[in-house]
Amino acid sequence: MKITRSEVAHVAHLARLTFREEEMEKFTSQLNDILLYMDKLNSVDTTGVEPMTHATVLHNAFREDVVKPSLANEQSLANAPDPRGEFFRVPKVIE
Amino acid sequence: MELYSLTIHELQGKLRAGEVTAADILASVYQRIDQVEDKVHSYITLMKESAQAQAAAADAAIRSGDIGALTGIPIALKDIYCVQGFTTTCGSRILHNFVPPYDATVVEKLRAAGAVFTGKTNMDEFAMGSSTETSYFGVTRNPWDLTRIPGGSSGGSAAAVAADECIAALGSDTGGSIRQPAALCGIVGMKPTYGRVSRFGLVAFASSLDQIGPFTKDVEDCAILMNVIAGYDPRESTSVNLEVPDYRSFLSRGIEGLRIGIPREYYIEGIDPEILASVQQAISVLEKAGAKCVDISLPHTEYCLAVYYIVAPAEASSNLARYDGVKYGFRSQEGRDLLDMYKQSRSAGFGDEVKRRIIIGTYVLSSGYYDAYYKKASQVRALIRRDFDEAFQKCDVIATPTSPTAAFRIGEKTDDPMQMYLSDIFTISANMAGIPGISVPCGFTGDGLPIGLQFLGGHFQEGTLIQAAAAYEKAAAMGALIARHKQAKMNFL
Repeated sequence: MKITRSEVAHVAHLARLTFREEEMEKFTSQLNDILLYMDKLNSVDTTGVEPMTHATVLHNAFREDVVKPSLANEQSLANAPDPRGEFFRVPKVIE
Repeated sequence: MELYSLTIHELQGKLRAGEVTAADILASVYQRIDQVEDKVHSYITLMKESAQAQAAAADAAIRSGDIGALTGIPIALKDIYCVQGFTTTCGSRILHNFVPPYDATVVEKLRAAGAVFTGKTNMDEFAMGSSTETSYFGVTRNPWDLTRIPGGSSGGSAAAVAADECIAALGSDTGGSIRQPAALCGIVGMKPTYGRVSRFGLVAFASSLDQIGPFTKDVEDCAILMNVIAGYDPRESTSVNLEVPDYRSFLSRGIEGLRIGIPREYYIEGIDPEILASVQQAISVLEKAGAKCVDISLPHTEYCLAVYYIVAPAEASSNLARYDGVKYGFRSQEGRDLLDMYKQSRSAGFGDEVKRRIIIGTYVLSSGYYDAYYKKASQVRALIRRDFDEAFQKCDVIATPTSPTAAFRIGEKTDDPMQMYLSDIFTISANMAGIPGISVPCGFTGDGLPIGLQFLGGHFQEGTLIQAAAAYEKAAAMGALIARHKQAKMNFL
């Protein structure tokens, strides 16, 4: 086994997801198949190879620090499931 | 000939000559939509009223002699671009009610060129899929055979163009999501170089791979759309500030002396023999037209899929962390507290494939596994790119099959993610290396299903791809072949 049920449960928590029992079973088995396939990469010699994280030569894109027009409050809040006044409302965090 | 069946350049001729109006063209396209949309289901959202207003504005502009690059042309948009005032769902429940307050840069550019938007097309949820079966809004069917998938993730855009429910469309390509559906639907699809087209306003999937590109009925239309959408955008820090050539100027250059690389790793067992035969036939057409074929090797090809399914989910798990039920989109009412609200909203809002990839991505980035998976994959990715750099020393473009099979049946691969992933085996490498690719139709299977030929080019060599694809299309008389097949095969629509 590349990944166990309890590892999947831990990763699911990190990713803020929950699964039903039978989903958990199916997911763990599918993830194992996928991770086993990834083992192919171990046969490649990558000694001294710089990891590539971007497809082009990338430079930091700087701009002048000047205020430009941006979304109005009501536009920013228009899609919120539970807006209150100027705020996004969420369930209680502290008891 | 119905107006909906024509190309952009054919319609432009008629508009300029005053033979038709933009309103006529739109009415024809909507007549077609009314006729076939029930069967194909290309669209998530239709934009008929705003399209009629855009068509009226286009006609007014034409009367005053102000004709833009796309004035009065009906174009469909994958439901992954923000269009101000219209829901942008990305095929997901979690965004089912999201109405963007702004336009994506590509949408702005199409508007400025005078395009008419027919609607937002169906797609795999968050562009994760190769069949358009993971959409929260139901499957799209391949117009060539309604029991089959149109490819994916941009399957709605490809099906809409193939079924004449629009004149052209835009899609996005992270591992083949433009080229594979274009191949399976018998149309032209291009993934430009990473950085060529601004992604501002595109819902992010895997940020080091995503790119926007056109679906069209022929190569000339592809050049027309590329002329409009390519270019630098200060709002998109990965877009590249490089002059955009006139892509139409490549259309009639021919391919005398063009060196076409044939990578031996792409002509392997596992490809459907009909696909292989069709692509080999296409290569001989290219040779007869004056191209020189060169054997090349891309030795790390067999690792592309493994690298992709580490890198793309890793980036996706990070990009999709923003969907938390707070700022926009779906919120579950089940949550007991804030943490539980996040979990319930995400678990009910995302479909299985998206969850699978978030879990893979979170796992390969998690402490203890990062070096073994993500870092290793990023190193092999560097080797994949090096393969291409070396290959382009020996050739100008590379020719391969676009997809190992023609369109498969709906439901055939939904329970086996690995099998589904394999349908992108020939397209993923271009996203890894950041290079451009184009798929053009090159024939049909015995069952009458379309087959695609893929050309890959060096960074920012879209012009050369258009040159090769246009020359092939002409030498193989592809337009006439497609028209014949369409008449025989699509009459059930």
